[in-house]
Amino acid sequence: MDLRFLAAAPSTVEQAAIDAALTGDGRDQLLPALHAANDAVGWISEGALNHICRRLDVPPAEAYGVATFYSLFSMEERPRKVVHVCVDLACKVNGAEALVDAQSEFVVRSPCLGVCERAPAALAVEAGVGSEYLMPEIPLPQRGDPGLRLLRRVGVVDPRSLDDYRAAGGYSALRNALALGPQGVIREVTDAKLMGRGGAAFPTGRKWAATAGQPERPHYLVCNADESEPGTFKDRVLMEGDPFAVVESMTVAAYATGCTRGYLYIRGEYPKAFSLLSNAIEVARERGFLGRDIMGQAGFEFDIEIRRGAGAYICGEETAIFNSIEGFRGEPRSKPPFPVEKGLFGWPTVVNNVETLANVLLILTEGCQAFQRIGTSQSTGSKLFCVSGTIGHPGVYEVPFGATLRELLDLAGGVPDLRAVLLGGAAGGFLRPDEIDLPLTMEDARSAGTTLGSGVVLVLDGTVDVGGFLLRIAEFFRDESCGQCVPCRIGTVRQEEALHRIVRRTGDSQDLVLLRDIGRVMRDSSICGLGQTAWNAIESAIDRLGVRL
Amino acid sequence: MTIVDIGLPRRLIEFTVDGEQITVPEGATILSACKDIPTLCYGDTLEPANACRVCMVEVEGSRTLVPSCSRKVEPGMVVRTDTERTRHSRRMVLELLGSATDLSTTPRVSEWMAEVGADPSRFGPDAATVSQPALVDNPLYVRDYSKCILCYKCVDACGDQWQNSFAIAVAGRGFDAHISTEFSAPLPDSACVYCGNCIEVCPTGALSFRREFDKRADGTWDESAQTATTTVCTFCGVGCNLTLHVQDNEIVKVTSPHDSTVTHGNLCIKGRFGWQHVQNT
Ligand SMILES: Cc1cc2nc3c(=O)[nH]c(=O)nc-3n(C[C@H](O)[C@H](O)[C@H](O)COP(=O)(O)O)c2cc1C
Ligand code: SF4
Ligand code: SF4
Ligand code: SF4
Ligand code: FES
Repeated sequence: MDLRFLAAAPSTVEQAAIDAALTGDGRDQLLPALHAANDAVGWISEGALNHICRRLDVPPAEAYGVATFYSLFSMEERPRKVVHVCVDLACKVNGAEALVDAQSEFVVRSPCLGVCERAPAALAVEAGVGSEYLMPEIPLPQRGDPGLRLLRRVGVVDPRSLDDYRAAGGYSALRNALALGPQGVIREVTDAKLMGRGGAAFPTGRKWAATAGQPERPHYLVCNADESEPGTFKDRVLMEGDPFAVVESMTVAAYATGCTRGYLYIRGEYPKAFSLLSNAIEVARERGFLGRDIMGQAGFEFDIEIRRGAGAYICGEETAIFNSIEGFRGEPRSKPPFPVEKGLFGWPTVVNNVETLANVLLILTEGCQAFQRIGTSQSTGSKLFCVSGTIGHPGVYEVPFGATLRELLDLAGGVPDLRAVLLGGAAGGFLRPDEIDLPLTMEDARSAGTTLGSGVVLVLDGTVDVGGFLLRIAEFFRDESCGQCVPCRIGTVRQEEALHRIVRRTGDSQDLVLLRDIGRVMRDSSICGLGQTAWNAIESAIDRLGVRL
Repeated sequence: MTIVDIGLPRRLIEFTVDGEQITVPEGATILSACKDIPTLCYGDTLEPANACRVCMVEVEGSRTLVPSCSRKVEPGMVVRTDTERTRHSRRMVLELLGSATDLSTTPRVSEWMAEVGADPSRFGPDAATVSQPALVDNPLYVRDYSKCILCYKCVDACGDQWQNSFAIAVAGRGFDAHISTEFSAPLPDSACVYCGNCIEVCPTGALSFRREFDKRADGTWDESAQTATTTVCTFCGVGCNLTLHVQDNEIVKVTSPHDSTVTHGNLCIKGRFGWQHVQNT
């Protein structure tokens, strides 16, 4: 392309950081290159952007459009050290504002950081140095419990050691998969009735069969570790505690669906998970668990590239993630075509959540019959729940599908003065105290008019300002809308404005009419799930919780 | 509406629109088979962006409404274009747009608003808007983003669909998303080559000729007093069609027919703006 670039030049530090980060000269290197510049000096200067554009042959206006899409990138110079303080749901009810006030460094008010069990949360980021959490670690509540399945290795094996992983059963699933053959693996996963754990509960076997059956090559695999739904942190716990399982499960999925390349897309605010996964991928590659002829299987080739997100909830949407990886703005694509037909780089692609893939390892080691014996006939296996809010022992809990919400809350220490539970996340809905005997299954949640979503169980007791909590939900959707379609881009703003008037009692009865009208058009006419669900929680607060606004 | 013929014989498929059986060639969109569905981001020379959501229709079996401008017809599809649900959606989309954006120069929008009873003032006087000063940074055309509905058409025309100049892109996110050059540089410092192909496709008047902008500002813009004459550009041998819009013996803007098989409405700086020098006013 004959492009016009800028006159600005990068500093030596910026240029060195960008050049070191590039592993190719394609457009898909744009996001890693922007990260390199921002990580090195704390912001993206004209000179840095221009250098990236020259190296990758990307028009500056487009690169600017991509860089300004992500909230972790600053286009203005700012202090080298910034503290991202989470002001989202779980932290809000646990003293986030006091934590903001207590900072002496430059504060960035952040949406959910995905460490809700340690609320209020803050992540310090220093240019040229790295990131660290400012809260102490807390152990997994159920650590070492013999009943654990998905979490059985978390906090027990060394997450940096492949040998420990293998000694604890690692890579037996892949061995079994190679013996079964791709079709056999898909049959097991289908018969186990595994449903996606990323929020949409789509049958995994069907998705895999549809991709495997596409005659074109290549096929791509994307492991969705963007985990940005407020109140969700289960994938982080899996990635930090059992990173080799993520690598093995991706390898199994790739084998079944005919992918030679996989992308692990992890949100940008997960420094520890990122470093442990990078290590796991490297070690697995060295030891023949990635690359050519994996585990001695002639002709089976697969490798994984990690991509860091940069602060955009929408990039967890299954088509936005493709645009983000390809170096475009993380805007969802219109479906059809579906990812299994035309996904990453236009090729057939499987997208699966981290927890979904973790279940595949269990299915292949114990068999689909044994797997199905856990849970209910429609919701098979066990489920990770992210318990947070005003509760004694927040954390990720694993229970079989069918356990009740009350049992789960009791495991986490119980709530004497329960006001409500937000189930499923900002895109989910509220339950009242008299509804907590709900069995936690996909089907029971659905017939109760709600969803398990990504496993969020956010507890609100009598101390919580429910109006303020709802306003934060509205603010989250306003901030995270990609801006592509009118119902969501403007609707989320109008929703927040109307809710503001209602909560602050400065409006009139028309505001409720407005909310319902806006909610309906967002649900009916938005392009993607973000806009379609942006009104769910607020609607349920009004209709189910009877919140008198 | 005419069905664009791509030259190859195509299989025909049948579907139902508002109770009527219709036959279209395979690959046709719902919109191409329907009359009078309002559109804003759809462009007859561009790939559908399906962003504005004005054209939504009901398709039986679909959980949500469906953008008629981009959804391809499938055999047996049952489509409804005028139901309580589609009208509610259209009313809300137009109200939302009208509450945030200056639609005063968007053709036909007031008629569509009246049809569905849209009232953008419902959101109150404090509703956030995209109001901002117009960007007048070059002698040829003006970017008045208070009128921008973010339809992506200018970006697509400037980028790989036509011009390949890539001077502008969507920047920012959500309600802050906007059309911008890199670091909001003024157009003369950007990659813009002043082909005006973005003005050609802009559905709202956010992009307009400097002459039109000035005339609107001083109250002398009068479309009813204008004539449009299509002629052939004489600057080079390509032979692009130009449509000269003339008011009071003065060329006030230049468009180009979209159905021209050579240019599809696109021109270069000479055809689009060369008359300014010729006219010497
Ligand atoms: C706005 C939005 C954000 C999403 N974020 C995530 C995410 O962070 N992680 C995830 O696994 N799925 C997310 N999803 C769901 C994905 O689109 C997709 O359904 C899922 O990754 C498929 O994997 P699964 O079948 O294994 O659940 C999101 C969906 C939407 C609409
Ligand atoms: S619904 Fe919202 S997030 Fe999804 S495409 Fe539309 S504007 Fe973007
Ligand atoms: S005038 Fe041409 S080059 Fe300039 S922004 Fe418009 S389409 Fe792009
Ligand atoms: S300037 Fe015009 S063409 Fe460009 S996005 Fe805005 S309304 Fe659409
Ligand atoms: S015209 Fe169909 S979405 Fe805009």
